Amino acid sequence: MTDIAARPAADPDLAALAAPVAERSDLVQLLTPEGELVTHPDYSADVSADQLRDWYRDLVLVRRIDTEATALQRQGELGIWASLLGQEAAQIGSARALAPQDYVFPTYREHGVAWCRGVDPVTLLGLYRGVNLGGWDPTEHNFHLYTIVIGSQTLHATGYAMGIQRDGAVGTGDPGRDAAVVACFGDGATAQGDVNEAFVFASVFNAPVVFLCQNNQWAISEPNERQTRIPLFQRARGFGFPGVRVDGNDVLAMYAVTSAALERARSGEGPMLIEAFTYRMGAHTTSDDPTRYRIAAEVEEWKLKDPIARLKAYLARTGLAAEDYFSAVEGEADVLAARIRRACLEMPDPDPRTMFDHVYVEDHALVAEERAWFAGYHDSFVTTGPEESRP
Amino acid sequence: MVRRLPRLVRHHGPGREPAMTDSVIPPDGDRAQAQTITLAKAINMGLRRAMENDPKVLIMGEDVGTLGGVFRITDGLRKDFGEDRVIDTPLAESGIIGTAIGLALRGYRPVCEIQFDGFIYPAYDQIVSQLAKMGYRSAGNLHLPVVIRVPFGGGIGAVEHHSESPEAYFAHTAGLRVVSCATPADAYAMIQQAITCDDPVMVFEPKRRYWEKGEVDVAAPFLPLHSARVVRAGAQVTVAAYGPMVRTALDAATAAEAEGRSLEVVDLRTLSPLDLDTLEASVRRTRRLVVVHEAPMFLGLGAEIAARISERCFYHLEAPVLRVGGFHTPYPASRYEEDYLPDLDRVLDAVDRSLAF
Repeated sequence: MTDIAARPAADPDLAALAAPVAERSDLVQLLTPEGELVTHPDYSADVSADQLRDWYRDLVLVRRIDTEATALQRQGELGIWASLLGQEAAQIGSARALAPQDYVFPTYREHGVAWCRGVDPVTLLGLYRGVNLGGWDPTEHNFHLYTIVIGSQTLHATGYAMGIQRDGAVGTGDPGRDAAVVACFGDGATAQGDVNEAFVFASVFNAPVVFLCQNNQWAISEPNERQTRIPLFQRARGFGFPGVRVDGNDVLAMYAVTSAALERARSGEGPMLIEAFTYRMGAHTTSDDPTRYRIAAEVEEWKLKDPIARLKAYLARTGLAAEDYFSAVEGEADVLAARIRRACLEMPDPDPRTMFDHVYVEDHALVAEERAWFAGYHDSFVTTGPEESRP
Repeated sequence: MVRRLPRLVRHHGPGREPAMTDSVIPPDGDRAQAQTITLAKAINMGLRRAMENDPKVLIMGEDVGTLGGVFRITDGLRKDFGEDRVIDTPLAESGIIGTAIGLALRGYRPVCEIQFDGFIYPAYDQIVSQLAKMGYRSAGNLHLPVVIRVPFGGGIGAVEHHSESPEAYFAHTAGLRVVSCATPADAYAMIQQAITCDDPVMVFEPKRRYWEKGEVDVAAPFLPLHSARVVRAGAQVTVAAYGPMVRTALDAATAAEAEGRSLEVVDLRTLSPLDLDTLEASVRRTRRLVVVHEAPMFLGLGAEIAARISERCFYHLEAPVLRVGGFHTPYPASRYEEDYLPDLDRVLDAVDRSLAF
């Protein structure tokens, strides 16, 4: 049987692309997996020791949030959880590059970005526990609600960026005014029509949006090869804006490239695509079993590129942080985890009558009628008592 | 009792039918500023006024800018309001609605034109999964004041995908408001009301009536957006319709009158929410109801109306609620549409059947 999906054998470009990513010069990396600083001709991160320590803390805390949430799901307290394990640096590095006035449109896995935008981790659990569909005010954090339909939010991000243009908040040179948008999505989403339409709209309108693709190699069970035949960052060129592939496990490189892309967007130079080359260390969600479709050796290989270990190695070797700092962060993580657990368990189920709230802003006759009917129905049980009313 | 009347009108193309007469729908209020214009022009004027009233109102869609839209509904707006407010978008319907959502989140009030009814489906996901639900998901923190204008319905001899009536898909979806105008006066008012509403509103515009004229009084007060209206009083059967079928229902009432039958015609105007109170009051008077729409009958608005009116008026009805609508076929090639679309004869046939019970 012929493999109809086989690549054309003689195409030298494709052959070159088949080389391991680490061997290619197109990967922006500033901190190696061993924790060594390296330079890049186009990107550098001018960061202080305090920033590096803070980012280490961010990375550890969001991993701890993630671990705790996974445990809560296993114990039946959450319906599901989408783990960010392995993607911490892609999220912290990019989110720490944001200005307060920038706006982020996340997927459902952006717990690290949420952390940087000041969304309480407990609030994130509401969606996964099933007590609400979001729970935070996006306008308070400039962080939109999680979007579950793959890729839809890239269009919202592009439209929001078109609004920024119309507000005259691009290219003024005022660092407190000029704004940009980050659209988060994954490798699977790049096959969606909406993402491609977002690329077109952003390009032709020169919208101030940074497309941040966390390529974690797996769209549930489907590998990159089922989504694309070229490296994802190269897609940008066809749409008319720059694309760059970054070591997504390198918090410094993520910060440097995202900072540059945001600055470019804010100054009116238009969109850019960042492909954060990373790895989904865990399952797609707690409902998934990755042993059915990927080999353990691949996971072991990526463990060597862990985003936290490399920053810790750098901080320790250079003396920017010592064991007392690392233990203090661990202690803080313990306290945070305990608080999340307690708050999750205490999270009340919603009053069923509130399910009719906010379907519309203005009154809607049908919702009003059904709300009134349900209230009477519901209260009839309350009045007689559920045990007595049923034989 | 079924009998065929000679057809009064043949639907070979737009603009050939006589205009709805002023005596049928009396205009409200002071007539000092009344003018007789087409339905297309009325929407254009409504959009213009909305844009003048609120700088956050944007127009977006395919060919809406320089061309003024394939139906010229946005004619002249780009010239007067500029390309930042009248946006020619790429040809991507999901992109239009998706970016409109983003613009709304930034504080704008986008008015999107879907060029033809049958082109709305690429945007279906953004409308149903995102636009309709986002306010609810945000527990009221986000408002999505997006208007989607859809020229809909048949009768213009078009190729496929240009004559459909997809309104039931959207009326079925919580979070959306759905309205349809039948006259220039309503078109002028309803587009402005839709734009000032803080919820997403879909406006289904009867494209085959775009060139029909009627009186518009720009000083007249607006009827509430979500209200139906009795547009012809009658005693024996209520005929409820919306959009392009209001004219057909009125023509049927005129023809019936010649035979000594008195039909009351209700222009539903709003599909989500329905104004069942107005309809119920009419049916309690006439005790019979026929619902007319171009969309297929199966699971269409008529089915919902029949169920609800039967529930509300069970002891007042002399006959089951009957429906007149499209068949359970794809919209056929245009040489069939004269037979596919409900017309005066099909309405009268249903009236006969209702009266025969």
